[in-house]
Amino acid sequence: MSARPVVEVERWTRESRLALIVAALAAVVLAFGPSLFDANVVDRLTTLFIYVILAVMWNALAGYCGLVSIGQQAFFGLGAYVAARLADFGLSVYPSLFVAALIVGVLSLPLSAIMLRLKGGEFAIGMWVASELAHLLVNLDTLVNGETGTSLIALNAYSADARRALTYWCALGAMAGLLTIVFFLLRSPLGAAIQAIRDDEEAAESVGVRVERAKRLIFVLAAFGAALAGALWVATAITFQPKTYFSPQWTAYMIFMALVGGLGTFEGAILGAVAFFAIEAWFGAAGVWYLVGLGATALVFALALPRGVWGWVEDRTALRLLPIGYRVNFNEAGSADRGGAAKSAAPDAP
Amino acid sequence: MILVNQAIQGILLGGYYALIACGLSFMFSVMRIINLAHGSLAILAAYALYALADRFDVSPFLGLLVVAPAMALIGWALQRTVLERSARSGPLAPVLATFGLAIIIDNLLFQQFGADTRSLAPYIGDLSYDSWDITDDIAIGKLAALTMATAIVLLGGIQLFLKRTQLGRMIRATAEDSDTVGLVGVNARRVNALAAAIAMATVAISGAFLAMRATFGPYAGAQQLIFAFEATVIGGAGSLWGTLIGGVVLGVAQSLGASVSPQGFFVAGHLAFFGALFARLFFGDLGPRVRRAFARRAT
Repeated sequence: MSARPVVEVERWTRESRLALIVAALAAVVLAFGPSLFDANVVDRLTTLFIYVILAVMWNALAGYCGLVSIGQQAFFGLGAYVAARLADFGLSVYPSLFVAALIVGVLSLPLSAIMLRLKGGEFAIGMWVASELAHLLVNLDTLVNGETGTSLIALNAYSADARRALTYWCALGAMAGLLTIVFFLLRSPLGAAIQAIRDDEEAAESVGVRVERAKRLIFVLAAFGAALAGALWVATAITFQPKTYFSPQWTAYMIFMALVGGLGTFEGAILGAVAFFAIEAWFGAAGVWYLVGLGATALVFALALPRGVWGWVEDRTALRLLPIGYRVNFNEAGSADRGGAAKSAAPDAP
Repeated sequence: MILVNQAIQGILLGGYYALIACGLSFMFSVMRIINLAHGSLAILAAYALYALADRFDVSPFLGLLVVAPAMALIGWALQRTVLERSARSGPLAPVLATFGLAIIIDNLLFQQFGADTRSLAPYIGDLSYDSWDITDDIAIGKLAALTMATAIVLLGGIQLFLKRTQLGRMIRATAEDSDTVGLVGVNARRVNALAAAIAMATVAISGAFLAMRATFGPYAGAQQLIFAFEATVIGGAGSLWGTLIGGVVLGVAQSLGASVSPQGFFVAGHLAFFGALFARLFFGDLGPRVRRAFARRAT
């Protein structure tokens, strides 16, 4: 070892710059979706965007912050319900989708005070109970009238084409906005903090992480995201039936997407949403066996590949498409090798 | 008088909740795992008993002689193949793995038995509707009383087993520190697998009572899991007598809630759960304190 090793810390790599440019280009192309694609494709893409929101928000909560919740359907359902309620009050439909998500986000704040005291599995089912309670309380509203449900009648003000395009743009905007928020949040000191909490809460606290504040922020953000997804879903489905919206099936989908794509990886959640979207399109008609397959896949991934497909790729290659963490390269002096030999470290505090 | 009757029915209903919570609470206190497939496994046992009764005319009580050991075997296998493996990759993996398992079990049951609801009530003769009439307003169902008695015997039996027997001590020691018990010659893996087997045998018993007292369908597991979890948390997680108290509190809350409005049954139960969480937030875990108070009175 004559040459002194040079340690380089880098965040932006060639691949990640390229990936971000491609993502930005894709967003621009997708923005012209309604005039580029036919109606069916636009509808399918809207669904895909909502899946991405669900996967990314659940992944932020569980994969990054370690808070596995089986009750995110509470916020999904409440988002849809509040949107329908606001529209019934006379608020314009599309703004009411976003206002609904904000209201649910605020509502999740007091809930977080109780739920975040629970750990692990207790938190998981505790959230489920919360969603059951939310479901029952929503059923009491005369607008919803038990399991009868209600519809976003105000959508009739728009023609079918305008409705399709507006919902598409809302979903695309919501997805792009939430992805950007989560991206910058994970790069911020808070991103390092929540991952430290996930790995060891007590140790994180001992080095000065404000655990409660960090967890609450992620909890509320995840609630907001799920609520926005629910509100968007009711805009595509038009009818709101409490039973469908407050079903734990939504959380099962979120878990499946995040787990298969890669729990605790930013790219993985998106990949998982796309994979789930494709699987649903191909096998959804298989009914019961499709659901058995989803459960079995989730089980196998939890046991054998807990960091999902993208985690597997990350562990074996130095590939990082989106610069969330830092890479530490141990190079011999003079060596310009930054590729496969580079050892990349987990995200450190910036 | 009607209110008194509601309260009594609630207490008896609590016996059932304590019974269904027994396995969940036991697994949580020993292995620190919350088994999200708990409710679905109880439904699986219920279907097994139903199939025995329907095809071979076996009484559910006799059927348990087959189904309980079978469930114990499933518990052993579950611990060895799923829980143990997933627990190694962190505390979150068991939650995800057992949730996946629950989805598989529910949908396979649907595939096998269809959407029709079933009940074991037709196979237990007049036990399903017989009751002792205390007054004109108050009647105690024989099945409900039997459920309560079974819950007390089962929870008490497990408590005694954990306190007094060699295996019970090994299970408690493994729960405290599974690495250190290895030093004194305890095979922690075997002990945990045995504990899972015991937990699943109790799940079989709770499945039997579930199926005798009401109807059930392939997707009924989630609701049972929630009831079991609520009883466990209200009673103070990880304590078996606490689970009995938790079950009774849940049952009484639901029963009184139902007398207010039809939806009140579930709402009141969930509110009792959140009330217990709230109390834990401000006063710490109530379970041990209540138990100490009881212990003082007893001596």
